[in-house]
Amino acid sequence: MKDITHIRADFPILKTKVYGKPLVYFDNGATTQKPQCVIDTVSDVFTSYNANIHRGIHSLSDKASEEYEKAREKVRSFINAGKREEIVFTSGATSSINAVAFSFGERFIENGDEIIISHLEHHANIVPWQMMCERRGAKLKVIPINDNGEIILGEYYKLLSFKTKLVAIAQVSNALGIILPVKEIIEAAHSANVPVLVDGAQGVQHGVTDVCAFDCDFYVFSGHKIYGPTGIGVLYGKEKWLAELPPYQGGGDMVENVTFEKTTYNELPFKFEAGTMNFPGAIGLGTALDYLLSLGRENIAAREKELLDYATNRLSGIEGLHIYGGSPFKISTISFLLNNIHQYDTGMILDKLGIAVRTGTHCAQPVMDRFGIDGTVRASMCFYNTIEEIEYLGTGIEKVISMFS
Amino acid sequence: MTVNQVQDAIADEFSVFDDWMDKYNLLIDMGKDLPAIDPKFKMKDFLIEGCQSKVWLHPEFRENRVFFTADSDAIITKGIVGLLIRVLSGRTPDEIISAELWFIDKIGLKQNLSPTRSNGLLSMVRQMKLYAMAYKATGSR
Repeated sequence: MKDITHIRADFPILKTKVYGKPLVYFDNGATTQKPQCVIDTVSDVFTSYNANIHRGIHSLSDKASEEYEKAREKVRSFINAGKREEIVFTSGATSSINAVAFSFGERFIENGDEIIISHLEHHANIVPWQMMCERRGAKLKVIPINDNGEIILGEYYKLLSFKTKLVAIAQVSNALGIILPVKEIIEAAHSANVPVLVDGAQGVQHGVTDVCAFDCDFYVFSGHKIYGPTGIGVLYGKEKWLAELPPYQGGGDMVENVTFEKTTYNELPFKFEAGTMNFPGAIGLGTALDYLLSLGRENIAAREKELLDYATNRLSGIEGLHIYGGSPFKISTISFLLNNIHQYDTGMILDKLGIAVRTGTHCAQPVMDRFGIDGTVRASMCFYNTIEEIEYLGTGIEKVISMFS
Repeated sequence: MTVNQVQDAIADEFSVFDDWMDKYNLLIDMGKDLPAIDPKFKMKDFLIEGCQSKVWLHPEFRENRVFFTADSDAIITKGIVGLLIRVLSGRTPDEIISAELWFIDKIGLKQNLSPTRSNGLLSMVRQMKLYAMAYKATGSR
């Protein structure tokens, strides 16, 4: 793998100073920084070939459409989907989940049906299902977690029944960084003929994700959390499902033929891409995926494991620091609290030291409720972070403790 | 002291510090020194929405003056609400409604405590002014 100095040089923002101190960016779970190649790609779209896709006969439109479809192919290959028809661009993981919740609900959900999610979900993988359940008269069932933050598979198996119509689970918990046993969850669901949606927003950027190996029915993620632009996301769906589902938005480009009496829809994946899509975002995402492949996804996973181990060791050595989610199956994220110090106070002081962390409930209130807390401090690291930065965080936390004690 | 005299005094206290850490240490001390709120007021009715940390603000109206007590589960927030109380508590509704809180800017907190930081500073000020307006309208409660 490229050495860390060169990797950091790829991300111009990492040279930023905050309050005169070097930025230490540990909020990668919220959004990741962009390598120069992604910034250049998006800029190049606007400087060289900006034109609406799939519409013009002119050469700029052709070029933009071609690059957009190339990006789709890059996404397909990155997650090892079978066909390009199975890759739908959206505005982000949230909109992908909402799309499935709406379309799947309309087509397949009836009064008394059940949807299973886990206790670890981000609000984006809770609320759309609640809305769907309300619309369709269905019920939401929740797989509980243990004190380590791991879901209890035995309880999940008990929840599965002939009433279950869909299981929607995160690949990785955003609040605690815990990796879910996705494969086991899918196998059990499939043995009951239940399809599974995997929310990959916190998983896809941390190693190799293979939707064929998972055999999941839907997989979603956001571009901005995988070093791509904001406002672009992906919905992967097995062709057999996408073909069956009705579109969730109507408009231009998603149609085959429109009359006032009846409209027929375009083929996959365009049926789900109404209106002008965020093509600069999609093309930028394609470049981000190329960048990760050039670093090597196994290398990224190995490096992030190293950071996690170091940080876990460093932080758990601090007296009065409690880490939430003690599971050994984790991405490089640490969610913690300091004894008698509010997460907001900790975050404010760390910010003054140039350290960016997230504080609060992380859009996962049920997880906080489970542990009887109203928030944590979350340090989410990625491959461009360094051991020195973790040391600096450790020192920063010690300073916080001394200031508030 | 008038609203402006108190603001001047606060600005003076903060002006001796150049370093952010020192300013925050002062805020932390102010938070620790904030007189305790009567525990029975630490209830949902007095909780201010829009803060990442919890803030309880209790108003009391007597002799045409509004007296505030407050608490927060975060010390820095407690320090901030303490500053607001120093400036606005014990004043007439009219004084509170018309107060322009320039000290926030002056001590350099504005940029760091802008509405987007979800610290609720603006929510606290708005809530204090709303109470004052309500007391002015009803005369008492």
